[in-house]
Amino acid sequence: MAWVIFGFLSLLCAGSVVAMVLSKNQAHNALFLVLSFASLGGIFGLLDAPFVAAAQVIIYAGAIMVLFLFAIMMINLKEGLPPERKRVIYGISAVLGCVLFAELLIVARRAFFHGAEAAPAGGANPAGLGHLLFTDYLYPFELTSLLLVAALVGALTLAGKKGSS
Amino acid sequence: MIPGSAFLVLAIVLFVLGVLAFFLKRDLLTQFMSVEVMLNAGNLAFLALAKASSKAEAQVIVFFILTVAAAEAVVGMAIVLHFFKQRKCIRTEDVSGLKG
Repeated sequence: MAWVIFGFLSLLCAGSVVAMVLSKNQAHNALFLVLSFASLGGIFGLLDAPFVAAAQVIIYAGAIMVLFLFAIMMINLKEGLPPERKRVIYGISAVLGCVLFAELLIVARRAFFHGAEAAPAGGANPAGLGHLLFTDYLYPFELTSLLLVAALVGALTLAGKKGSS
Repeated sequence: MIPGSAFLVLAIVLFVLGVLAFFLKRDLLTQFMSVEVMLNAGNLAFLALAKASSKAEAQVIVFFILTVAAAEAVVGMAIVLHFFKQRKCIRTEDVSGLKG
């Protein structure tokens, strides 16, 4: 049963990314990406990470992709879409993609089968995650808030109405 | 029971697809989207290894990646909008102004 769900979700996820590569419409690209991220949230659920799955659906498929859609609407391209690349380039890049896939597979084999010892189960529930976040990872957590403020100020400065430098 | 290596293979497939999309597409917004795909592949790899070694720390790191991705998307969108205001198009070839 789990294999069926995993196969379905992973096919959906990878297939919508492939559709994003092949499609020419930017809004369709964003919607394909929403589908891909939502199914990836389901895969995170299969990995015993329900809280991360919820965050994935809410933050990625919700917030970030809505931001992309807003940008697409604001840009509203009529003639600015670039021309398509030649088919030869698609063939070459498919070959190079297979090479990259093989390389990463070799690296992952090595990493996976050497580092996978069964440690005692940590707190994968939201309570355990919160405890980790506020004890061991307190400084990174605070730095994250600083990063968010910096991103906010930077975006306001860049895209503001009177953003004269 | 699905082995963790299946998830890892899916993460690699997603990463390769993201790289391909980044190099095949020519408009800035879609290239941004493919960067997000690569970040998600990284998240999936973290979670797969977290399950294989049953450590919860990797999930915390996934949260940090989510935050960084959100900040990156915000700043990137601002840059794309700024670029569009100046040039009226978002072709990547037009950004090669500094190239001799």
